[in-house]
Order: sequence, then C-alpha cells, then structure tokens
Amino acid sequence: MTRCIQLLLLLASSPAAFAEGGMSYNLRPGVTAISQQVYGLHMTIFYICCAIGVVVFGAMFWAIIHHRKSKGAKPASFHESTKVEIVWTVIPFLILIGMAIPATKTLLAMEDPSNADLTVQVTGSQWKWHYKYFDYELEYYSLLASDQDEITGKRAKRENYLLEVDRPLVLPVGKKVRFLMTSEDVIHSWWVPDFAVKKDANPGFINEAWTIIDEPGIYRGQCAELCGKDHGFMPVVVIAKEQDEFDQWIAEQQQAYQQAKQEEQALLAMTMDEAELMSVGEQVYDKHCAACHQANGEGLPGVFPALKDSPIALGDVDAHIDIIVNGKAGTAMQAFGKQLTLKEIAAVTTYERNAWGNDTGDLVQAKDVAALKGQE
Amino acid sequence: MSSISDVQIDHDDHHHAPPKGLMRWVLTTNHKDIGSMYLWFSFAMFLTGGAMAMVIRAELFQPGLQFVEPNFFNQMTTVHGLIMVFGAVMPAFTGLANWLIPMMIGAPDMALPRMNNWSFWILPFAFAILLASLFMEGGGPNFGWTFYAPLSTTYAPDSVALFVFSVHIMGISSIMGAINVIVTIMNMRAPGMTYMKLPLFVWTWLITAFLLIAVMPVLAGVVTMVLTDKFFGTSFFDAAGGGDPVLFQHIFWFFGHPEVYIMILPSFGIISAIVPAFSRKKLFGYASMVYATASIAGLSFIVWAHHMFTTGMPVQAELFFMYCTMLISVPTGVKVFNWVATMWRGAISFETPMLFALAFIVLFTIGGFSGLMLAITPVDFQYHDTYFVVAHFHYVLVSGAIFSIMAACYFWLPKWTGKMYDEGLAKLHFWCSLISVNVLFFPMHFLGLGGMPRRIPDYALQFADVNAIVSLGGFAFGLSQLIFLAVVIKCIRSGEPATAKPWEGAEGLEWDLLPAKAPYHSFSTPPEVK
Ligand code: HEC
Ligand SMILES: [Cu+2]
Repeated sequence: MTRCIQLLLLLASSPAAFAEGGMSYNLRPGVTAISQQVYGLHMTIFYICCAIGVVVFGAMFWAIIHHRKSKGAKPASFHESTKVEIVWTVIPFLILIGMAIPATKTLLAMEDPSNADLTVQVTGSQWKWHYKYFDYELEYYSLLASDQDEITGKRAKRENYLLEVDRPLVLPVGKKVRFLMTSEDVIHSWWVPDFAVKKDANPGFINEAWTIIDEPGIYRGQCAELCGKDHGFMPVVVIAKEQDEFDQWIAEQQQAYQQAKQEEQALLAMTMDEAELMSVGEQVYDKHCAACHQANGEGLPGVFPALKDSPIALGDVDAHIDIIVNGKAGTAMQAFGKQLTLKEIAAVTTYERNAWGNDTGDLVQAKDVAALKGQE
Repeated sequence: MSSISDVQIDHDDHHHAPPKGLMRWVLTTNHKDIGSMYLWFSFAMFLTGGAMAMVIRAELFQPGLQFVEPNFFNQMTTVHGLIMVFGAVMPAFTGLANWLIPMMIGAPDMALPRMNNWSFWILPFAFAILLASLFMEGGGPNFGWTFYAPLSTTYAPDSVALFVFSVHIMGISSIMGAINVIVTIMNMRAPGMTYMKLPLFVWTWLITAFLLIAVMPVLAGVVTMVLTDKFFGTSFFDAAGGGDPVLFQHIFWFFGHPEVYIMILPSFGIISAIVPAFSRKKLFGYASMVYATASIAGLSFIVWAHHMFTTGMPVQAELFFMYCTMLISVPTGVKVFNWVATMWRGAISFETPMLFALAFIVLFTIGGFSGLMLAITPVDFQYHDTYFVVAHFHYVLVSGAIFSIMAACYFWLPKWTGKMYDEGLAKLHFWCSLISVNVLFFPMHFLGLGGMPRRIPDYALQFADVNAIVSLGGFAFGLSQLIFLAVVIKCIRSGEPATAKPWEGAEGLEWDLLPAKAPYHSFSTPPEVK
C-alpha cells in the first residue's frame, strides 16, 4: 500500500524526480563522438515528430471542439481535393529527405571500423562474455557478479544489481578499439548504450563494430538478444582507463596469468584433501554450472539433465571429466576445459560425484584432469 | 426424381432457420455463424494471452525473481506473443470479414462456405496444441514469438515440434480465410458495386488477403526448416553445417513485416467507416485511401530487414532498408490526414465507436512516430531490442489494431444482434481502456531509452519505479476488458431494440437495405447499386 502511494507521488512529480533514482528518461548522449551524433539525431527526429504531432492533433482537436454536432455544426460536403492530397504527400516526403541526410552520414561513420589501434574479440555464450585481446596475450571470461541470493531476495540487492561482472572489459580512452563479435552457441548481442554500440554475436560468423571512448569511467550494458533462460543475467561492464593506467593493467594481468600457469604446474605434483576439493568445487559449481544444472543438482527436466543420481556422475570418472572438459557438441553443455583451471575442474568433478547424495567417494585431482587433457 | 425435390426442401429449410444445438455450430456454413465463432474465439484467446501478460507484469512489478522461473517467463512472453498475433488479432479480423463483407457487397454469404467452416474449426486445435506444449517436459516454446534460430532449433525444448505443427495449422486456416475473401469480393459483388465503390473495409481486406497468401507460405517454410534443423539433421541455420542463423531472420521477417500490415490494414478500413459516420460527412479522399493502402502493402515487402539492423548487414543494405522504411510513413500519413480532413467541418458526435476510432487515430499515430524513429538505422542501434520497441509495437497493435476491433464491435453490434448496447457501460469501458493502456505502454518508451532490454525477467534497480507503474497499468487494462464482455453479453441478452440504421451518418448496404438485425442470409437476391 505504501508502495502504491509512493508511486502515485512519483507519478505526480516531475520526471526529474525519477532521474534522481538513477534512471535516465531519455537516451544518454554517451561518451563517444558517435554516441553523441546518435543522440543528436534522436533528438532531432523526436522534435520533428512532436511538431508534426502538434499540427495533426491540433487540427483534429480543433475539429473535435468546434465542429461537433452538439454545438449545432452542420456538415460541409467537400470530400476530395487533389491539390491538398498532393501537398500532404510531398511535404512529408521532403521532411523525410531532411531526416535521411544526417542519418546516412552518421551511419556511414559508424560502419567504418578501419585503422583500429586495438582489437578485442567478444564471444558470447550461455550466459557470459569472453574477451580476447588480439594485441596482448590476454583473454578471460566475464560473468554476472550479483549472486543468487540477491536475485531471489534472500539478501539485499547491491547498487549495481544485475549490472556488475566479476571481470570487466578494460579499454584505453582515446584509442580506436575494434570489436569482433561472435558466439559459441545462440545469438547474443553486445550492447553498451554509452558507446552506441550494439551488435549481434552470431554463432559461426564474425561481426565488426568499433568505438573511441572519450572519458575514463565505468560503462554498463546488457545482452540485448534473447539467448535463453538467463538472457537477463549477462551484463556487459567496460572500464575505460587512461593509456598509462591501461598499460599498467595489462602488465599486471599478464604477470598474474604467468603466475597462475606456474601454480597450475606445481599443483600437478600435489594432492588436495576432500574438504578443500568439496569447498572449491561448490564455489565453481554455483558460479558456472548451477544456472543450468541447478544448485540442488536436479537440473530442469527436459532441458538440462540432473546430475544427482546421473549415470555419468556415478559412473566412469574419465567419462565425467571428459564431458566437463570437452562439453557435448550440439547441446548447451559447453566445453569448460579452457574456462576453468585444472584445479577447478578437479574440484567441481569431485563435488558432483559426492554432493546431493552422490556418494561415490571418488576424489579427482588436478593431475587426473591433466592426464585426460594430455591424451587428446 | 424425388431426390431433387428432397434436396430442394432441404435447401429451403436451410435458408430459413438455422438448426439448433451444438451441431449447428459445428456444421454451419453460414458466414454470420462463422463470423461470430471467430469473434468469440478471438476474445477467448485475447483473455488467455492477456492472462499470460499479467504473469509477465506480476513478475516485473519488482526487481528480483518473485513468481516464476526465467525459463517459464520466456515461455510466457513467447506464447503471449503468438496467441495475441495469431489467436486474437488475426481471427478477430477474419471474424469481422465474415460478418461484414457479404453484407457490404450485397452477397448472400461467402463464396466458399464449406472451406469457411473448415478454416475456422481447425483453429481451436492449433491453439490447443500450442497450449498443451506448455505442459510438456522441458516446457513450451521459450524462444520468443520470433523464434530465432539456433535458440529455436539446437537449443530448443522438444516441444518445438508441437509449436511448428500448430503454426502450420494456423497458416492453413489463414490462407483458406484469405482465399475465401478474395473469391467472394471478386465474384459476388452486387450489380453496380464496382471496385471503386467498395467500402474501404472491403478494399483493405482484399489487399490484406493477398498479403496473407503471399507470406503465410513463407512462414510455413521457415517453421519447417526449424523442424528439420532440430529433428532431421539439416543445417539451414547452423553454421557448423554450412548454414546461417541470420538467414532465419531474413526469411522470418520477409513473412513478419507484411504480417504487421495484415494486422493493421483492416483497421484502416474500420476507421474509414466509423469516422465519416460520426462526422456525418463523406470520407475525404476515398481514392487516395485505396492507393495508399495498396502502396503500403507493396512497400511492406521491401522493408523486412529493418528488424535486423544489428545483425551486421552491409551498409548499403542498411541504407536501402532505412530509406524504404521511412517511405512507408508517406502513405500512412496520407491516411491520417484524410481522417482528420473528414472530421474537419463535419458535425461530430461521440458515441463509443467514434471514441475508440479517435483514440486509434491519436495512439496509432504515436506508434507511427516511434516507428519512424526506429527506421533511422544509426539510432535504431540504440532502440533495438529494448522496451522502446515493446512500447512501439504495443501502441500500433493494442491501441491500434485492438482498439479498431473494439470500435468495429460497438459500431456493428446493433446490426449483428438487432439490439443496442449500453452506451454508459461502453463509455466506461472506453475511458478505462484509454487511460490504462497509456499508463501501461507510454512509460515503456522511457524504460527503453533508459536502457532496459526486452524479454528479461529481472532488471536493474533503476528501472523499478517505472516497471511498477507499467504493471499497475497492465492490471488495470486487463480488468477493463471484462467490462467489454459485460457490455456485449448485456446487449445480446437484454439490449433495447435497435433501428435499421442506429447511426445517423452511417453509409452502406448493411445499414440502408437490411433490417435492424441482419437476416441469416443477407441478400438472397442481389440489390442494385447505383
Ligand atoms: C548452459 C547450460 C549448461 C551449463 C552452464 C552447464 N551444463 Fe552441463 N549439461 C548441459 C546440458 C544441456 C547437458 C546435456 C547434454 C546432452 O544432451 O547429453 C549437460 C550435461 C552435463 C553432464 C552429463 C550429465 C549426464 O548425465 O548426461 C555433466 C557431468 C555436466 N553437464 C557437468 C557440468 C558442469 C560440471 C558444469 C559447470 C562447470 C556444467 N555442466 C555447466 C548444460 C549445461
Ligand atoms: Cu545473451
């Protein structure tokens, strides 16, 4: 009830009142030259439509008010005029030409990805983005960071609910960045409103788009093409940094990447105990697998199979590791071999074999996964 | 020899009084019976699709997931769209065509009455199959009413087979209905009823029928390709097998864009009947209305890719589709200007059909404006697949097509039932619908511009307030439609008797030559049209 009253108050107050809540009521001009051109075009066409609306609806309401029967109006008998018909065919046509010219200019500028300084491949898959820098040895996945408890209301929603990711895409300002979009499964669409970039990621094909960001900052967007169950849960976050900070960030990332590789090697010689495997496994499972197989391991009948009591989770260990590493072509089950580390795969396999009453007692170690990967 | 007279007796019998009971409706070949069944069926589907919209709006009332799982949410958006397009709007227009075309052209019935029966009676099965698929393991169609591949092929639930089958049946029904309309109009006009004397509703339906025959087979083709991709190992839309997922969208929208006009051209015909009647003045620019309708239909075949600007087309193609799409606003504008000119210096009164017609003109034009904005490719990149698009097509389909259907029902209800509806109650229905439809759809423009994608079950906190308002509007709009049901039932059961021509300014054979309640067979002998 109080909520309804609040809403009514909001309705009555000016649109500015909403804007304070963080939502923009109009397109935002954005932070690139192109996005500002697009914004300008949007406003121009909006004003033209308003002007036409005032004229047409004005005439209509004039007739409604003054030419009504209850006021004793007597109907006129005219019902044709070629002259008038020609006028109101030609005038709209001229207005359209006036709109088409700036629209064409902007479009031609947008569709010219040549002379890029930096290229990033953006790959969508159910339901995450993968970024690969062509100019550096760096690639990673970017997943929703809001957790399940926020979504189901068990925990208060944080400020950037559904618009935050674990690893944002980082780009330098003032450089022409070219994006190559593609997908591993269904069609997704990578959209950042502040850049006026929205391009479909089509499986098996590569689309191009580009941007030059003017200001450092954090820019948020979302997947814009229905891509299955968690379409609403695959945000895009881009952090734009000054060139020197960007270079520093790249260096850090590459160092971390090397370090992780070394640790991976070291792990092969070690064995983890059950408690560690299970706790890491649960984290990995909740983040990467629960969207489909569900946190309780029961899946969604007819869509995603249950892992609880599943013949694979209870059967041969190698076959189990194999489907996680290589996925299953032509189904929603992706290959996690390059998304997860050896340790994570070992842990999640162990978890699946011992959680929800799947008490196989099997412990899978990183070296088992490496051995299986090595055979290929 | 006796058999001949038997046949004649049967035949005569058939002419005078309809048989009684359920079998009357199952076996009927009468255009009025079939028209009524189409209209009731469409209303039932309108409520079913509406109930799904209520589920969607309840889930979106607040951020977070409250009532339904995302997978079920997707089934709701998908089936809501399919039902409203194929189950509510299209059958309502076919019902109106059945009732009105024979009366308007001076014919006794439709030209192909048995096919008419068949084309109606397969529809309930089509929708029963579609709705049944929701109860299959894995759920019903969850890939949007536009069913883009490969979400509707490789990644679809098995129930996609039922979806494909039901779309086939809907398509067959539409094609049969369209053939019937064309054959009736071409062959059964009364003497003197030349093409340029046809009421505009008949003209717009004639053109619509040709559009249907042109594009429904394309839809049938694309669903069949989906079926074989999913179950029989073809790769039309699968890059791994040499196909192309974007090909799907080209084929779908080659059907889909003309489909949009299939759902609006008959509305233009309705408004062109109602506005002159309540302005007591002839329609302005009859001939230009006919030409405008034909040019819209022609253009509708070369604009399909404006739904696909973000798929990565060559820039030349983007320009072509942008220019053609903008061009459509010229003939559409002509129509709106003609309606306003018809009202200009008329003697206007505001009975419910006129109120709905006026609301149509204003709100449809608003939908036209947002359509023009969407046509501008560089800006469409920002609007595409956001709530701005949702706002746009609901303005043209709900406050456009559906408002015109309501207007038509109120306008011709006296002729259908021989009784008047309750004007007070009907006005209540109008005002409730008008206010709630705008509370429901207008703020969606802001959501889209603010950055909210469509087809999401949950959203960022900044969108919460506007979504709550939209949901309240949605519930109010849904409830308002129950008033419509009440008006119609009250009219049928206890309406005041109507006169043969209850609307002073109405024109046409149905008002001038038929009694208050149109007889079972409208014109057994053709009238002479001067
Ligand atoms: C996008 C949805 C999705 C995600 C995310 C996902 N899976 Fe799967 N998974 C599937 C589907 C669909 C199948 C069934 C494939 C088939 O048709 O055989 C499957 C099958 C499996 C199987 C074989 C089950 C059986 O009984 O056949 C295992 C094991 C498995 N997944 C483990 C995982 C693990 C571990 C993760 C997380 C690292 C994961 N999956 C993430 C969709 C998913
Ligand atoms: Cu996506």
